[in-house]
Amino acid sequence: MDAILLQILNGLDKGGAYALIALGLTLVFGTLGVVNFAHGALFMLGAFCAVTFNKLLNLESVVIDPTQTTAWGSPLEVRTPYVEALLGDFGNYLHDYSVPASIVLAIPVMLIFGIAMERGLIRYFYKRPHAEQILVTFGLAIVIQEVIKHFFGANPIPQPAPSAFGGTAYVGQILGMGQTLAYPWWRIIYLLFSLGVIGAVFVFLQFTTYGMVVRAGMHDRQTVGFLGINIERRFTVVFGIAAVVAGLAGVMYTPILPPDYHMGMEFLVLSFVVVVVGGMGSLGGAVAAGFLLGILQSFASMNEVKAIIPGIDQIIIYLVAVVILLTLPRGLMGRRGVMED
Amino acid sequence: MSFKVIDRRVFLRNTAILGAGLAAPMHFVRGAYAEDVSCNMPKGDTVTFGWSVPLTGPYADEGADELKAFQLAVKHLNGEGDGGMIPTMKPGALKGNGVLGKKVAQVHGDSQTKTDAARDNSKRMIERDGAIMISGGSSSAEAVAVQSLCQDMGVIHMSGLTHSNDTTGKDKKRYGFRHFFNAYQSGVALGPVIGEAYGKDRKAYHLTADYTWGWTQEESMKAATEAMGWQTVAAVRTPLGSADFSQYITPVLNSGADVLILNHYGKDMVNSLTQSVQFGLRDKEVNGKKFEIVVPLFSELMAQGAGDAVKGIYGTSNWDWKLDDEATKAFTKSFGQEYGAPPSQAAHTCYVQALLYADACERAGTFFAPAVIKALEGFEFDGLGNGSTLYRAEDHQCMKSCLVVRGKETPKDKYDLMEIVKVVPREVTTYDPSIFGGELGPSDAKQC
Repeated sequence: MDAILLQILNGLDKGGAYALIALGLTLVFGTLGVVNFAHGALFMLGAFCAVTFNKLLNLESVVIDPTQTTAWGSPLEVRTPYVEALLGDFGNYLHDYSVPASIVLAIPVMLIFGIAMERGLIRYFYKRPHAEQILVTFGLAIVIQEVIKHFFGANPIPQPAPSAFGGTAYVGQILGMGQTLAYPWWRIIYLLFSLGVIGAVFVFLQFTTYGMVVRAGMHDRQTVGFLGINIERRFTVVFGIAAVVAGLAGVMYTPILPPDYHMGMEFLVLSFVVVVVGGMGSLGGAVAAGFLLGILQSFASMNEVKAIIPGIDQIIIYLVAVVILLTLPRGLMGRRGVMED
Repeated sequence: MSFKVIDRRVFLRNTAILGAGLAAPMHFVRGAYAEDVSCNMPKGDTVTFGWSVPLTGPYADEGADELKAFQLAVKHLNGEGDGGMIPTMKPGALKGNGVLGKKVAQVHGDSQTKTDAARDNSKRMIERDGAIMISGGSSSAEAVAVQSLCQDMGVIHMSGLTHSNDTTGKDKKRYGFRHFFNAYQSGVALGPVIGEAYGKDRKAYHLTADYTWGWTQEESMKAATEAMGWQTVAAVRTPLGSADFSQYITPVLNSGADVLILNHYGKDMVNSLTQSVQFGLRDKEVNGKKFEIVVPLFSELMAQGAGDAVKGIYGTSNWDWKLDDEATKAFTKSFGQEYGAPPSQAAHTCYVQALLYADACERAGTFFAPAVIKALEGFEFDGLGNGSTLYRAEDHQCMKSCLVVRGKETPKDKYDLMEIVKVVPREVTTYDPSIFGGELGPSDAKQC
């Protein structure tokens, strides 16, 4: 029983990450009709906002100590972080909570980057075939990766979770089921965070006038334009919001996966499958497919399942995608007419 | 005036004798002509070495360190800098004036840690740039692929960081040489140490990278731990390059195992170790014992990626810059002053391989590949950081001491993440070369 609950929890946690990345991907597709293969790179950029924030907090004063030398004979450099020297205990606290605190940096950076990306490049490809959009965005993703590698190197850079959430949550004990059911605190936080961000995006689109206009534009861009609304500008902002969502997903994922320049690519393909299974341009579909595929992948990795069907954990997502697309060609919640031209 | 008439038979006989007489010396000097056709023998005043290193992809940092080491080695071979380990190498034929009086030139290519890119690079460096020797690399798949190419082209391959038993086992080649230790030696070295630390009654669960190195590492660790009484609960293969290992870690929690052995390297190791610690495995108690994690192959650069998760974790290493011998000190000083950081074990093995090849040419007195191979085979040396070492003739695997290391609890800085627990002597890590099969193949000189 514990093993099954653990896999469900693991599936929800994975699904949260998939859904969060796929949400931005499908949002861009639904509004602008652009297949954005640089979305994984935006996830990675978000993660590097956390790395940069941490590096800023770790800026140090360097004093050469001539009385000591390194193993290779150079004078020893004694380093003291400015933040701790200037802010004392608050500096230590800020340092401990650097990952969640870096959201403050990630939101403006990702918003500006997303808008610049849409205005500077993506808008020239609106009316071009999807294959060209994929090529140009994929190329952009590689450029972003290489720039990050140039500045941060290729090695993963660990970002610790705040010490209060670095350990394990004994979920079983909390639920009165014994001590064996345990799960990392930060993964639980990440799941809750994903649900929060997904909820916020839905509220924004469903219950604000701005969101209502965006939804109207998604259905009929021309008519909304006839009403004198600059729908292009709103879609640009939506692209920026999608970049922020991907960036936030990246920021909060850093304690789970030490970020490196390639991490976006590892999630891109899976997220794209999630979008296709959920239905191109369907926000609800992306979220539902994210959680569904996360849970299925988690169960397929159980040794008992693999003993029956070896290697199923490697193909389950693609197998489910094939089955769903054969039975529901538009995906779980796909709209008529999307990607059918 | 009279003419002696020679009949047709006499003419034919005399012609045959004369022909045989003229051709006979050729039989005895044919070796001299063969020497001329060994691939890329240098004709001018330089000799070119080729480095195939991963400068992009998951092992790019390791590749960058390897390249730094090669560049330093070339500097030292050409008589620049402080000479590094050239003065400490015993016996050593290197004089710091290049190799056989020729200055060493170098070319390099990005292998991307991909076998096809590594082969393409190496082929280009051999055919276009005239590289006489190829070295470098950070994966066993890459090493196996490139040494096979080098065997076909008649160019010596001095492999970089490759730890699979197959490299000098079933896939060994006459033209391929490995200084780095292997998975079997890791198992032999690590087994007794973790047996002593964790006891003989343990249940191990393996997570293994699903490729040649992972398989041989798992096999070696299973052999070493089962020999001392441990049980293997499960051995699960994980796809190479996985980002999230959580679905493989959760089954460990209820498996009854009390040790997790991570047969992962590089980013896989960083991710699986970090996530295992996050899942609270190291805080668990199973079967009345504290749950432990073991990482058989450690790397300093990967340890930096895993951060605090490496603290207290046992593993093995080919070499460490904190060793106390004169050779290690000389190399660390040389590398540190050049690049501002101590060398990794990848850098060390590559530097040593470059020196060993150059030294073999000097001892052979020629660049002729079969003669250099002979000079390397069975070569016994010291003063390169691993103590007394033998380049074994039977499989071209170096027999030397290796290190059992442990993640340091209170590191001084990011270069001080591991502490040496034990230097396992060469006598212990030496094994019968026939156990992994394979054939070295011919050493015939090739023209390229």
